[in-house]
Amino acid sequence: MGYQSVSENSHLLSRIAAGDGHGENSSYFDGWKAYDSNPFHPVSNPGGVIQMGLAENLLCLDLIKEWIKEHPEASICTEEGLNYFEAVANFQDYHGLPSFRQALARFMGKARGGRVSFNPDSIVMSGGGTGAQETLAFCLADPGDAFLVPTPYYPAFDRDFCWRTGVRLLPINCFSSNNFKLTKAALESAYETARKNNIRVKGVLMTNPSNPLGTTMDRDTLNTLLTFVNQKRIHLICDEVFSGSVFNQADFLSVCELLDEEPSYDKSLIHIAYSLSKDLGLPGFRVGVIYSYNDTVVKCARRMSSFGLVSSQTQHLLSHMLNDDDFTSKYLAENKRRLHTRHEEFTSGLEKFGIKCLPSTAGLFIWMDLRQFLKENTENAELKLWRVIIDDVKLNVSPGSSFRCTEPGWFRVCFANMDDATMHVALKRIGDFADKVKDETTQLDDATMHVALKRIGDFADKVKDETTQLQQKKRFNKKLRLSFCRINDGGITQHLMSPHLQSPRSPLVKASH
Amino acid sequence: MVVKVYKPCVPLSAIATSSTHGEDSPYFAGWRAYDEDPYDATTNPSGVIQMGLAENQVSFDLLEKYLEEHQEVSKLVNGIGGFRENALFQDYHGLNSFRKAMASFMEEIRGGKVKFDSNRIVLTAGATAANELLTFIIANPGDALLVPTPYYPGFDRDLRWRTGVNIIPVNCNSSNKFQITKQALEEAYAKAKKADLQVKGLLMTNPSNPLGTAMTRPVLEEILNFISSKNMHLISDEIYSGSVFSSEEFISIAEILEERGYADAQRVHIVYSLSKDLGLPGFRVGAIYSYNDAVVTTARRMSSFTLVSSQTQKMLSPMLSDVTFTKNYIKTNRERLKRRYNYVVERLRECGIECLHGNAGLFCWMNLKPLLEEATTDGELKLWETILKDLKLDISPGSSCHCTEPGWFRVCFANMSIETLDVALSRFTSFMEKRRKT
Repeated sequence: MGYQSVSENSHLLSRIAAGDGHGENSSYFDGWKAYDSNPFHPVSNPGGVIQMGLAENLLCLDLIKEWIKEHPEASICTEEGLNYFEAVANFQDYHGLPSFRQALARFMGKARGGRVSFNPDSIVMSGGGTGAQETLAFCLADPGDAFLVPTPYYPAFDRDFCWRTGVRLLPINCFSSNNFKLTKAALESAYETARKNNIRVKGVLMTNPSNPLGTTMDRDTLNTLLTFVNQKRIHLICDEVFSGSVFNQADFLSVCELLDEEPSYDKSLIHIAYSLSKDLGLPGFRVGVIYSYNDTVVKCARRMSSFGLVSSQTQHLLSHMLNDDDFTSKYLAENKRRLHTRHEEFTSGLEKFGIKCLPSTAGLFIWMDLRQFLKENTENAELKLWRVIIDDVKLNVSPGSSFRCTEPGWFRVCFANMDDATMHVALKRIGDFADKVKDETTQLDDATMHVALKRIGDFADKVKDETTQLQQKKRFNKKLRLSFCRINDGGITQHLMSPHLQSPRSPLVKASH
Repeated sequence: MVVKVYKPCVPLSAIATSSTHGEDSPYFAGWRAYDEDPYDATTNPSGVIQMGLAENQVSFDLLEKYLEEHQEVSKLVNGIGGFRENALFQDYHGLNSFRKAMASFMEEIRGGKVKFDSNRIVLTAGATAANELLTFIIANPGDALLVPTPYYPGFDRDLRWRTGVNIIPVNCNSSNKFQITKQALEEAYAKAKKADLQVKGLLMTNPSNPLGTAMTRPVLEEILNFISSKNMHLISDEIYSGSVFSSEEFISIAEILEERGYADAQRVHIVYSLSKDLGLPGFRVGAIYSYNDAVVTTARRMSSFTLVSSQTQKMLSPMLSDVTFTKNYIKTNRERLKRRYNYVVERLRECGIECLHGNAGLFCWMNLKPLLEEATTDGELKLWETILKDLKLDISPGSSCHCTEPGWFRVCFANMSIETLDVALSRFTSFMEKRRKT
């Protein structure tokens, strides 16, 4: 259908719509586009891009599948579950199914080793973790206000927290010199900078375990944070979305535990964001949670949850599953174990190539140090390196600059969203690349560097041509995940689906033609 | 949780502390009264009967029968092959099959008179989210939307609360059966201009909630001309389109656009949901259909905050694509609603209560003007309280729907069994008899 192009009417849209607060112009998403247009498949497209830029957990879905098969009564479309259909389909109360809230409270407590107990009445649903962050921003801050956030941080926070709310995120800079730990000095400095610029700081937003670092906060840091927000009388949002993905024997210390230990901390300042997208590997089900110790926030967030409730069908299924104590214990333990194994394999593989990662004990990714491969210590150099990794090595990893890391050369690499075989392919590619770049870039001048990269580029083109046929045959692979392309190119397209983009060439390769 | 009182409370946002969430309205007070004392035929026969919630429970059996006869659906949702992909699927384009199924269903409802391109469908968790999202896209904080009265009370929250956008009512009254007139549109627009508000669009519900009437062709044409001349958007909330009693009587804005060769179509956006026609409010399935590419793109991005569960998309997609099923469902649902509506209106007439002549929806628009002590909002609310406390019926007062004429009430009839409906109707009958005697 050919409707009039809207460019002449773009003034008809709001500022929010017309701006780029959606955040999709980030390199973080460019990598996804590259994957989307040339997705790896061991048989039909072995030269394709391996997706290592999407933090998903595939490792334990078999356990969940098994549970669902054994419990048909938990599904409203099976014979056994059909008698629940009408009541569930009709249930739109924004308090959520009581059994669902109880199940979530239990699961969250278990993920914290039973050291914290959550009140089901303070649990509020949201449209995934994405919705939880936005709702909290709407509740706690006015347009123009700011939250401080330690860097590096999850790129989509800029959209989730700021886009429609008009709230700002200001960085608290962290550095590799102390393994990117948050310090009191950094907190104070960020707060002071805001104050000097007449920006009202309403709180701190932190992720623990951290995305992208994969580290957990120690007791001292948590206390520093809690003391800071109490002194400044500002809010603290703890995104604990990876709390069930802590491995390596380290126990996860949630901010909730410290609240219980130290009564002088004002609980009404503390709000937890959670979701089942990472720990349970169910991002499609859109289960987000807000847990607040502040009753007014609970009430407000609950009203706002009307804009992003969890499907009652999903609530029904998960309330059965997460109330099954045997299952959840088994699941959390096995999830830890598998993540640990995968993490070990991957990091030791990288170690063999002389590639170090930040020591981490949680999450679905590692924070890889490629500073040694940078021509210069700049963001530009990092992005050039990143383009080579996408185009030549055919790995979608996420550049540290997209996480607002202060130091160039770090990359987040996800490892839990693929099978073992694919991981080994990825490792081999990294190894080969590491060898090649080391050989070719030590003592090289610019011109020679360009030649070397041209060769890599030509190689990349050759591989691309060979895989074009495969691309045209089959975009989506049944054995691997479906496309997670979440981006449109923003402009008016011939058709409205995500365009079938070709990976843009490295600017270096283009320059030497 | 006890908040230590000697510390000053850290402020929340202005949005959080405002009352634009709208829950102080008698519309919701009635719901609370029901919650506290819900009718049950055996355990609480004198409890409050909920007639203030527009739900459709008359056709569940058709859905259950479909699922029973199509066990492959449960295999699809929970089976070996599909589960993993489905659980991981968070693409904001939505499942292709589901978008196609929604497009197909929407076409069936309109009797095949229009075609919908599934690529223009954006999924949201309910129409609540769809309306808010569209408002974020077409209007800036401080701008205004025109909304014909009476309107669904939830719009006060959905369109205004977090968006900061204002609603300017387009006032309609019983003199012409509450139809929207050019004059009313112009008056509302002028009012906005006077208050220095930029009007960015008109949001209408067709068929109307709370009136239960489908808009006529001349009115739709008038509205399209108006919004074009004023360079604004049009949002047509068509969530009751499958609940029009006879398909010939519903004209979607999509039809008029098609007839006009889609001239100026990029101003128009349709909102839909499965909460009313299919009676599935719990599943949170809403949709935006826009003829404007930039709106589709932006809406899709914003839908990240409010996606439909992939599990639900998977389950409903075969059902909504099954044209044999949907044709029969739509036809049967319409017949059952029509039967109920006629029954309710007839019983009310017998005891001396008149309703607006309606042809759609899950409710009737009841005229209790003759019963008012005074023809004011206060008078109406007094009567509403009496009905709630003495008759134990939760019906919605017109003032909560911003009706300018006191004395009208929205009465839902499709959210209960026929036995409960009879109890409710007999309470009206007794009430009217008592009044005649005194």
